Amino acid sequence: MQRSKLDVWVGLFVLLGAAAILFLALKSANLLSLNFQSTYNITARFDNIGGLKRQAAVKSAGVVVGRVASVTFDDKTFQATVTMALESQYKFPKDSSLKILTSGLLGEQYIGIEAGADVENLAEGDRIQTTQSAVVLENLISKFLYNKATDAPTPAGGK
Amino acid sequence: MTKLMSLIALVGLSVRTYLSDLGRAARLFIRLVGLFRENMRRFSLVRDQIHFLGNYSLAIIAVSGLFVGFVLSLQGYYTLKRYGASEALGLLVALSLVRELGPVVSALLFAGRAGTSLTAEIGLMKAGEQLSAMDMMAVDPVRRILAPRFWGGVITMPLLAAVFSAVGIIGGWMVGVLLIGVDSGSFWSQMQSGVDVWKDVGNGVVKSFVFGVTVTFVALFQGYEAQPTPEGVSRATTRTVVVASLAVLALDFVLTALMFSI
Repeated sequence: MQRSKLDVWVGLFVLLGAAAILFLALKSANLLSLNFQSTYNITARFDNIGGLKRQAAVKSAGVVVGRVASVTFDDKTFQATVTMALESQYKFPKDSSLKILTSGLLGEQYIGIEAGADVENLAEGDRIQTTQSAVVLENLISKFLYNKATDAPTPAGGK
Repeated sequence: MTKLMSLIALVGLSVRTYLSDLGRAARLFIRLVGLFRENMRRFSLVRDQIHFLGNYSLAIIAVSGLFVGFVLSLQGYYTLKRYGASEALGLLVALSLVRELGPVVSALLFAGRAGTSLTAEIGLMKAGEQLSAMDMMAVDPVRRILAPRFWGGVITMPLLAAVFSAVGIIGGWMVGVLLIGVDSGSFWSQMQSGVDVWKDVGNGVVKSFVFGVTVTFVALFQGYEAQPTPEGVSRATTRTVVVASLAVLALDFVLTALMFSI
């Protein structure tokens, strides 16, 4: 009887440990969102991807429909080639367009996909032609300053 | 001249004893690892040790984890608030617990709670000549006494570290969300978007496994090699805590550099 009682306590301890690992994996690392459902890959070229990283979200209308699978640099066109794994349950027309957006002011960057009007849908290995690069803050500021300078041709020395 | 010679001899002696200690430690370690299959077959011995090392350490591990989570949340909030990023509190708490504090602090506690008891137990068995008596009866003490304790400790440690991290995250949530008032949804969602299952949680488990091997082995070796006197056992127990803690901290640096720097 003593033995089996000990077994129960050890079993409880091991189960508790397993539950803790499971909690860490599911609740804190969100293993379930790493969908094991089938995906299809599409690629796109961007002039500038800003701070986009692997595993960044691909969203349509704010809903996550896929993840960035890889980001590579193409030294023929000097563009970034981004491969995305979209969930098979979501279909998008062939002429959909991609934009690199930022969530919040300083948040993570993600890819927004806007549906086009083509009859055919994107399939495995397709490349999306219309892309819009990430907004780089420095470029934005320099453009703004340049416009400011051309807008107001104040004479030199004038205050 | 003779003075110089004796000085050189002293250096030689210390190097020789050091090397032979290292050699005996390595041989014992290889024997313990080799006895894995046999221990799994006679699991009742290992089970008794898991009960002794694991169940009785659970209270101190859980309470420490809870308070570490509390403090992390309080301190993290204070710093994050300055940058207006207090939503990232969940991420901060979870990453620091899963990657570092969970494995390291629970290994230090394990060395203090379970390692010392292993060393004292085996040291006293040696002092009371129980180990020699077993040898006389053709029962191998390494096989019968040391190996079940070793594997019990190795199995227990990752589980304790996981409990520590999980309870710590709950503690961080209690202080962060219930007390301070960080939004519960962003607390969890920031955590979930930032913590990777294999990179963070998996490496944390690997770390705690390595620490379990280290702490248990250091404790057993110190007990096995203790001078069979009351003084010798007390010294061995002290050495267990010192050596195991330093080994855990040094190994943590090495493992972190290997796992997270790439």
